[in-house]
Formats: sequence, C-alpha cells, structure tokens
Amino acid sequence: MMVKEITVLSGKGGTGKTSVTASLAVLTQRTVLTDCDVDAPDLHMLLKPEVLEKQEFKASRVAVMDKDKCVQCGKCEEHCRFGAIENLTIDPVLCEGCGVCVYVCPVAAIEMEKRVSGYAFISKTKYGPMSHALLNPGEENSGKLVSLVRENAKKVAEKENCELIINDGPPGIGCPVIASVSGVDLGLIVVEPTLSGIHDMERALGLLDHFKIPSLVCVNKYDLNEENTSRIVEFCGSNGVEVVGKIPFDQIVTESMVAGKPIVEYSPESRVSKAIAELWKQTLKRI
Amino acid sequence: MIITVASGKGGTGKTTVAVNMALSLENVQLLDCDVEEPNSHILLQPEIHETKPVYTRVPVISEELCDYCGKCSAFCAYNALFVAQKTVVVFPELCHSCGGCALVCPKNAITEKDRQIGVIKKGEAKGVELVYGELDVGESMSVPLIRAVKNQMKKNKNVVIDAPPGTACSLVASVHKTDYCILVTEPTPFGLHDLKITVQVLKDLGVPMGVVINRAGLGDRKVYEYCEEENIPVLLEIPFSRKIAELYSRGVPFVAEMPEWKEKFLEVRDAIKR
Repeated sequence: MMVKEITVLSGKGGTGKTSVTASLAVLTQRTVLTDCDVDAPDLHMLLKPEVLEKQEFKASRVAVMDKDKCVQCGKCEEHCRFGAIENLTIDPVLCEGCGVCVYVCPVAAIEMEKRVSGYAFISKTKYGPMSHALLNPGEENSGKLVSLVRENAKKVAEKENCELIINDGPPGIGCPVIASVSGVDLGLIVVEPTLSGIHDMERALGLLDHFKIPSLVCVNKYDLNEENTSRIVEFCGSNGVEVVGKIPFDQIVTESMVAGKPIVEYSPESRVSKAIAELWKQTLKRI
Repeated sequence: MIITVASGKGGTGKTTVAVNMALSLENVQLLDCDVEEPNSHILLQPEIHETKPVYTRVPVISEELCDYCGKCSAFCAYNALFVAQKTVVVFPELCHSCGGCALVCPKNAITEKDRQIGVIKKGEAKGVELVYGELDVGESMSVPLIRAVKNQMKKNKNVVIDAPPGTACSLVASVHKTDYCILVTEPTPFGLHDLKITVQVLKDLGVPMGVVINRAGLGDRKVYEYCEEENIPVLLEIPFSRKIAELYSRGVPFVAEMPEWKEKFLEVRDAIKR
C-alpha cells in the first residue's frame, strides 16, 4: 500500500500550522506525524511524545586552527569566501565547512572537525507514531535534518502499517521548506487574513507549483478581517486552488496551547474544532 | 547602532516591532533580512528606486579540459558535483560557492559563472530607508542573499534589522555582528519554547538582548518568569488588542494611528543604549 504524505505549510510564521497539525493528529488513525520545523519545533508540546529512539545528526564540519603550527602566511584568509577567517582567527559562526582553508594551508595547521548538528527522534504518542528532531541552536543543514525526519517517518509508516504521514512544516519558502514539501502528495497552506499572510501565501503557492505539488488552502482566524478572507478566496479561485476551510478566531486556541492539548481534544464542541473537523473532511476527499 | 529584531517562533510580531521602531527613530535604515517572506515593505509601502539581482557563483566544467579524475566531487563538502565515467553533473542549488572545486582541479577545467538567487530592493517611505531581499521562489540558499542585504548597511544610520523566524543559519547570518537583539515573543508555551532556543543562539554569539512581549494578556505568565530567572529585561509589552491586529491585517503600522506609541519605542531605544 502506498503511504500518502501531506505537508502543512504557510509561508508566514505563526499562522497556526502546528495547532492545525496537532488537531489532525487527533482526527486521524494510522497516521505518522512529523515535525519538520527542526529549529523551532513546537508540535511535541501538544502531542507529548515518548522518545523511543534518538539518533545523532552529524552533517556539518567546522575548521579548527592549530596556532602553534600556523606560519601566518595568510593564504587561508585570502581564499575563504565566507569571511570566516580574520587576522588568522577562524570564526566558527561564519565557517560553512567547505575545507578550502585546509587545502591551501602549506603547513597543515587547519583541520576540519565534524560537529553534532542536532538529533532526530522516533517517538510514540497517544495519537500515533511521531518522527521529529531538534537542530542545535544556530546550526546549518536544517534541510538535511528535515529529510532525515521524513525518511524516518516513512520507515515507521511501513513498519506500523500506517496509510498517511502528516508533516508540520517550517515557515518560509527556503531550504527546510523545500525539504519538507519535495515529493509529497499535497501541500495544505494555513493562511491568516492579513496582507502579509496573503503575500506569503502567494509565495508558498508559487513554491508548491514550482515543484508540481497539488495545494489546498485553509484560512485561519478568518473573521479577524473578512475583507482579506474574501480576497484570499478570490485569489485562490482565480488560480485554481481550493479553499477547504475557514477557522474562526477564538482565544480558546491559546487556552488549549497553555493546557498542552490539541484544540479538538481540549474543546471538541468549540467552533474552532468543528471548523477543523470539516476542513479535514474536505481535505481527505482530495487526497 | 545596529538593532536586530528576532523571535524564533514565526508570527510573533517581529515585523510589527521592527517597522514601528524604525518609524519612531530618526535617520534610520531598515534591513528586512527575512528574504524568504519579506513583509516590512507591506507595512511601509515604499517607493522602490532600485532593484538589483543577487548572484552566487557556481562551477562550470570544461568538457575539453576535464579528465574526470573526480577530485572536485571528492572535495566538495556539499555534494554539488557528481563525476561519472564521461560526464560531470553540477547541482547548482547545493553549491555554497566556496571555490574549492576550481582550486583542486589539476587540469584547470573549472571556471565559475553567476547564478541568480534573488533580488535586493531599495526604497524609502515615511523617512525610513528600506532595503529588502526577495529570494527567488524554488531557491534554497537564503544566507548569501541575507549577507547581500546586510552589505547595504549604512553605519552612519540607526539600523534596524528584521530577522527571519527560526533559530538556524538564517537567524545567525542576520544577527551576527549586530549591537543588540530585541526578541519578540508572545506569552504562550510555543512562544516561550522557541524564545529559549533563540536566547541560546544569542548567548553563543555574544549579542546582548532584551524581550518585547507581544499580545500581552493572552496565554500565561511563564515567559515573564523565564525572563526574570535569566535576567533578560522585558523592554516593552504590546497588549493583545483587536485594533492593533486589525491595523496589521490591513498593512498599517500601529504607530501611524496610535502616535503615543512612538514615545514607548524611543524609551526602548534609550533602555537599549543604557
């Protein structure tokens, strides 16, 4: 059986990706959840995973100089394209681990050291298996770690006989987002009715289109500005994208977050929960 | 003085704080380093007077000179080159433009060409000089574009940097070598969780910081408790208000409609200077 894969994304941050994803976790069975926001993950705070496996993620290298060997020729500084060597001192923040300095150093005073960039986890939650990760603060290679999270999810899905993977995506449209959407069956965009939200949604839709991934849109907090909500519906309509749901604004969502529970579990009868259930019903028809 | 506005979690109000801060200061330049989803221009509506492409450099292999020895692909730390029996494949989107492949090639078969990753736009509105980057859709390399935006910095101005969300390399590229970082958070568990990771990044970088709590009144008190424990000053609270949310949704910076807030942003600046 083919496992289907959906990514929840938004372009703009803070539109409600994680709140929606956590609720979908409650509404689905035989589903693996992932958190592809590896540098600011929040899904675990609602799904409360119990970690079963922890893997070290070593993807990057950093140049380290032995000052005793250095003959101060300056070749490393001259060749470094990242401005990471100044006055013969390596700035590990700017170093991108290319190894050019090691190559040009005539006295082998520089070495590349591997660094642990983060950890990947395979966990269980009361809503099903979960694959997630944590990038070390300030690290690079978030895209590679996202790919690892998705690989792990696929393995778990096969082992546990799951039909669906739902990925909670990161904000933006760059490297980790591309890694979160490449090859998925559907991108579900959560947009808020603000001018910034609309601008960012258009770019996120452009990204999905670029990678030929079908897209659906749901409007969160739609009643904060109904005029902008109409604009979103119109824009989607004229671009052949379906709007599958509108979720009202309600402070109960923040309450459920404080309580550490997905909103559809915390308050199943709330308007927000009903709207999410309906949007999921509509989404399922289109997978 | 260079002040970065960052957050970790997305959607906490970085752009709101950065733009309103810029509008409250004199002689100010705003650099929007959220090149994936720049929003400052939506609030400022600047007149754009310059747009220029930003390039990275990627290798070009001369099939005539190349003898397929494979040294370039062995050297490349980013797997951007693949050498087969009679062909070399370059993956430009993986290339970091370090120039290493051209250096190690024994046949001098590698040169470099420009590849566009996005544009920089420069404009002005309401006395604020704005520079922002716009990453091409489908492009993954945001860091070189962030650096290009920061290269436009004018040291004789009060500089405000609007950073991207997250705590990874894009944040580091934006906040590195700036004088102070304002962390915008909301008083919720997600806000606090991502704030903690961002504080760690700033400590590692040695950038001094303070917190602005947006949507104050929502959520709980844990962000306040955390700031007290960590000795991080709370510079300002912006209450949760339907009016502010509604102004933002229409793309209006709230100091424009509520000028009494300019004073508060100036107080924040003064607190930072101290």
